Amino acid sequence: MSERVLSILADSFFRILIPGLTVTIPLTVISFALALVIAIVVALIQYAKVRVLKDIARFYVWVIRGTPLLVQLFVVFYGLPNIGILIDPFPAAVIVFAINEGAYCAETIRAGLEAVPYGQMEAGECIGMSYMQIMRRILLPQALRISFPTLANSVISMTKDTSLAANITVTEMFMATQRIVARTYEPLALYIEVGIIYLIFCTVLTRLQRYGEKKLGRYRI
Amino acid sequence: MILSISDVHKSFGGTEVLKGISLEVGKGDVVALLGPSGSGKTTLLRCMNFLESAGRGVMEFSGERYDMSSMTKRDAAAVRRRTGFVFQNFNLFRNKSALENVTEGLIVVRHMPKKEAVEKAEATLEKVGMKDWARHYPSELSGGQQQRVAIARAIASDPEIVYFDEPTSALDPELADEVLSVMRMLAEEGMTMVVVTHAMDFARNVSRHVVFMEGGTVVETGRTEAFFSSPREERTRAFLRLEDHR
Repeated sequence: MSERVLSILADSFFRILIPGLTVTIPLTVISFALALVIAIVVALIQYAKVRVLKDIARFYVWVIRGTPLLVQLFVVFYGLPNIGILIDPFPAAVIVFAINEGAYCAETIRAGLEAVPYGQMEAGECIGMSYMQIMRRILLPQALRISFPTLANSVISMTKDTSLAANITVTEMFMATQRIVARTYEPLALYIEVGIIYLIFCTVLTRLQRYGEKKLGRYRI
Repeated sequence: MILSISDVHKSFGGTEVLKGISLEVGKGDVVALLGPSGSGKTTLLRCMNFLESAGRGVMEFSGERYDMSSMTKRDAAAVRRRTGFVFQNFNLFRNKSALENVTEGLIVVRHMPKKEAVEKAEATLEKVGMKDWARHYPSELSGGQQQRVAIARAIASDPEIVYFDEPTSALDPELADEVLSVMRMLAEEGMTMVVVTHAMDFARNVSRHVVFMEGGTVVETGRTEAFFSSPREERTRAFLRLEDHR
């Protein structure tokens, strides 16, 4: 590798890493937190078989899982202005990622809820707890414990998917890299470099997952 | 009379599993519900705590009268707050320690201050011989230990009656004995209990009354000594002969 390429890589490392820390990670964290809220609500509606709402929940999961994330980003960012709804790039990305990930996580959490034996619910009923008390204190904690590895999987996957936000002008890591490539004409080295930074992020997440599983592992499901 | 039910019916699909059951339980009474598998005794117990909804039936409990076929959630919860239920497979909350399993109802349902609830729970766990295991999770306990914690959970709120649904059927004989001795102690303290069981020794030596069911009906009821020494019905005699041969 020439000295020129090495110095470009060294120069650009922090110029890629910083948008990674200030845009990619906040985008992932905020979107995933919102996705979890959506997912829990949607999963609870389906688990409890609430009339009408249950059908709306199914419809939501069906549409979101059946259309590409990139198309969803374009519809919200480039499409909605047509009907007068203008959203800035970052919030638009948060909305789309949250709604998209929410659909997948809803299925994960619903499966987790269904994996909790019904006897747990009956035991709660027998000591006089209300449905919501049992849900909040007994069923949901166990369902989230069961879902944890799959949810961690989703976070890792989503961290990489945030690179798609470059397409709607969010200056996250990948966009920052593209700009440097445009200036230096070193696509191979720079795209590998940003790939490695994603890999580092995901390695940290994998470690966090293992730590989390250990922490939660105190009680066996 | 603390509890009476009359004319309880229950069907699953087209099959009638309870064909008009009536029984009465006095304060401090220990009633053993006996019968072959499929006789409906577990279903009856579950109907009595509204885990199953009866198709028909009236319950009188502590002076209140309830239509068992149309219980509101509120009425069901009100009755359950004053009863305890022990399951065949324990059903301890898996995400909570033994202590938390017992404090849960005290804190969440009874709104007892945490400190008081912990003291009460520890005292109850001590009674069933599980105080040293208070911080352990259900997955760290043997079946017999889990069942004793489940009994502590059921009695911690001083219920007026406790239902046991085959409490030792999932346990090895040794572990069953430790659970049965806890139940015997409760009976001697005057706890009102209705026990679905296959443990004949327990029925014979601890219960005061026996209700023998078969095919969704009550075949025979009576005081325990009379039931075992001079059963009136031929079906009862056949059942007891079979049990003696086990």
